[in-house]
Amino acid sequence: MSPATQDSTRALAGRIRGHALRMTSLGGSSHIGAIFSCADLLAALYDGILRVNPAMPRDPTRDRLVLSKGHAGAGLYAALAERGFFPVEQLWTHYQDGSQLSGHVSHELPGVEVSTGALGHGLSIAAGMALAGKLAGAGHRVFCILSDGECDEGSTWEAALFAPHHKLANLVAIVDYNRIQGIAPVAEVLELEPFADKWRAFGWAVREVNGHDHAAIHEACGALPFEAGKPSCLIAHTTKGKGVSFMENTVLWHYRTPRGAEFDAALEELEPLRNPEARP
Amino acid sequence: MRDAFVKVLTELAPSHPEIILLTGDLGFGVLNDFASRFPRQLVNVGVAEQNMSGLAAGLALEGRAVFTYSIGNFPTLRCLEQIRNDICYHNANVKVVSVGGGMSYGPVGMSHHATEDLAILRSLPGMEVFAPTDLWEAAEATRHLIQSHGPAYLRLDKTAAPATARVGERFQPGRIRLVREGSDVTLVATGGIAGEAIKAADALAGQGVFCRVLSVCTVKPLDIETLVRAATETGGIVSIEEHTVDGGLGGAIAESLMEAGVVPEFFVRVGLRNTFSSVVGSQRYLRGVYQMDAAAIMKTVLEKLSVKAEVPACN
Repeated sequence: MSPATQDSTRALAGRIRGHALRMTSLGGSSHIGAIFSCADLLAALYDGILRVNPAMPRDPTRDRLVLSKGHAGAGLYAALAERGFFPVEQLWTHYQDGSQLSGHVSHELPGVEVSTGALGHGLSIAAGMALAGKLAGAGHRVFCILSDGECDEGSTWEAALFAPHHKLANLVAIVDYNRIQGIAPVAEVLELEPFADKWRAFGWAVREVNGHDHAAIHEACGALPFEAGKPSCLIAHTTKGKGVSFMENTVLWHYRTPRGAEFDAALEELEPLRNPEARP
Repeated sequence: MRDAFVKVLTELAPSHPEIILLTGDLGFGVLNDFASRFPRQLVNVGVAEQNMSGLAAGLALEGRAVFTYSIGNFPTLRCLEQIRNDICYHNANVKVVSVGGGMSYGPVGMSHHATEDLAILRSLPGMEVFAPTDLWEAAEATRHLIQSHGPAYLRLDKTAAPATARVGERFQPGRIRLVREGSDVTLVATGGIAGEAIKAADALAGQGVFCRVLSVCTVKPLDIETLVRAATETGGIVSIEEHTVDGGLGGAIAESLMEAGVVPEFFVRVGLRNTFSSVVGSQRYLRGVYQMDAAAIMKTVLEKLSVKAEVPACN
């Protein structure tokens, strides 16, 4: 694969956001804010970080990605369609009767490793995959994208204890730290700070990054594992609803469906991002 | 039963390198031999059953044959959502093993009594459920689970019914075994408490009442054909389980027979009735307290048969 450029990642991120906006609007689904907060992470991962092959989605040597924050499924579907795992047209069935594209991500789709949706499950599954890879002496990596909200779940921390103990250096946890969970800001619900220290105390090698800075994400993921013999945790500081001014940093857009004038306004803001080449 | 399980697993581990056993920090003194012989096939994941079940799903999706191991409700109810979403929905090759079915851990207290597990686990799509009645069934069910693919639950009791296998008998998953022939009434039992059913049947035979005794190792899928025969050929059915009567073996039998359009002359479910055991005592003692032992089964059978016998007299 040719090395990704910032431009190519930016273009992919723009298309992921545009597709996801349309999907949630057509389907009448929620979570656009949580999708936008991890759109740049997904774009970077699918633009050169993950070693995956759309022609062989089950290639045993592929890198695995577990989207533990399954409610951002529309973002992952969009990334996979853009990478050719299935037709982009299939995205427009999202959340509708008879579609394969459920609101929370489904392994029925090629390229999706596991179905998630109940929070706090993904890191354990990813750790199991990483343990299998380590025991087999395989070279692939297992990535897991978590939300900050699911760090309320005890099961997340059970897995966080397990991975360093077993020196799963092939495991990468990426936390989409947008600081807004289901119905209120993280700081009001259950404070996670000092967040990076918590992961370090559990035995992870931690880096922090601006989760919308494509170059920084590529740079960090180019340095995996962050320390030999340790699982890596990338805390991505993000903005919920990133890319659409009136969605940014709001609790409302965790659930609200973009429709009508709001949809048009959002699309207009995203348009330059979707076609960066066309920018003046 | 636990030892029979570990023995078969130890015997087959070398020829099945895909096997990996995850324990939730239980099995002291029981898993040591396995651990020292196959260190790469056993992981003590700590007291973390949710993580254990998620790990199991991840390992299974990578081609491993995973057994999760703990006691009572810990590997089942504590991590039920992981079993449902991560294991069953992905049809992952994970066998959930619980040691201490029913009130095996009698005086330890209700926290350690597994008395709703059959009902809950059998409701999960794709999940097969095994509750061996004797040591032979425990060993053979283990052998079967090593070779089968997909999710399954293995409930191992502390007690075991006396050996009933015929010489050369072949274990058939999904089939109910006939362990006593009779036509007056059928006793259908799952788990080690089948021993109480056999004891009751043998004592009743001395009084001229002949019970058919059926041993149900595979609770799901249930052998409906054998149950329909029992319902039509014998004078009534008594289900026996160390478990709540709601949704367990008795519930499963009732569902199956109703759907098959077959109604036995009488039907009684022996088990816990909308209660937890708060009485302190051994498994044997608690079976007596909760009217599930041989004496209680005999009483139930005799009462039902006498009511039946009285009916013509009333006409």
